[in-house]
Amino acid sequence: MNRLLLVLLIPATLMTSVTAAVAAAIPTSLPELLDFYAADSAQPFDAERGKEFWLKKTPADDGKMRDCTVCHGEKLSVSGKHVKTGKVIDPMAPSANKERYTDRKKVEKWFKRNCKWTIGRECTAQEKGDVLKYLSLH
Amino acid sequence: MKIDRLISALLLVVLAATAGMAVADDDNFYSWMLTIERKGEVAAVTDEVYKEECGSCHFAYQPGLLPAASWRKLLAAKALEDHFGENAELDEDVRRPLLALLEKHAADNSYYKRSRKIMASLKGATPLRITEVPYIRRKHDEIPARLIKPNAKVKSLSYCDACHQQADKGNYDDDTVSIPGHGDWTW
Repeated sequence: MNRLLLVLLIPATLMTSVTAAVAAAIPTSLPELLDFYAADSAQPFDAERGKEFWLKKTPADDGKMRDCTVCHGEKLSVSGKHVKTGKVIDPMAPSANKERYTDRKKVEKWFKRNCKWTIGRECTAQEKGDVLKYLSLH
Repeated sequence: MKIDRLISALLLVVLAATAGMAVADDDNFYSWMLTIERKGEVAAVTDEVYKEECGSCHFAYQPGLLPAASWRKLLAAKALEDHFGENAELDEDVRRPLLALLEKHAADNSYYKRSRKIMASLKGATPLRITEVPYIRRKHDEIPARLIKPNAKVKSLSYCDACHQQADKGNYDDDTVSIPGHGDWTW
């Protein structure tokens, strides 16, 4: 009987599909994020400098100018739109979007991609901190 | 002894039921053979990581729209740095499982009708763009050009869900098409 049970149970267990692990989030908060970047920054973060950085235009290969607002829009409290695909991008202002800046993995991923796309290189910890400081005030 | 037999019988029933579910859930030869459910369209995307990582920038194209070899080219670490002009870099711990998922559900591994037709039309080609798949081009031949490119709400065949109202469910049936500024597209 025990053997019969085993014979029945083993395939039943194997048949239960196991879904792949979800990309590991690193839960965080805005103050924690600022601390994270502060460790590698020389100066205290400055929202004004962050704003300048956010709006700074950089010429791209396609002859157009790029800055953060190209996709995120002019107003931080409303949704932006991906310049190419038109996909809606949720507001950057934490007051309008509670999901913002709660996952360090996600923040880092988008800083990496979007800095390279917009200014052609990765951002420094100082630049990330300044921008976050600016965005956090909205 | 009688109770033992009862337990075994019950287990058998449970096993049969779960086995059926597992098969119905999977997209493989056996499920294609054994289920009465018609696999008429393209397998829908259910993976949350895929939806998040790919779907936050563009329509989350079903893996069954391209062969595994195409997904391997698209999801190569270097290729993602210039993903049709965008930077779509992924960390390795995300990229690898995503690619595995795409390969697993790619058109050549799917028994859904549209995936089979896509594979048949490709004749071994491995395009980077879904719009270059001969079957998909052919299916859109009849749409007048003026309804696509100059149509601000469509712009290109790349935006599946601009017209296919149930594209996110993997349903591309004619009856579900509504072209912005034109209306339903049925024959």
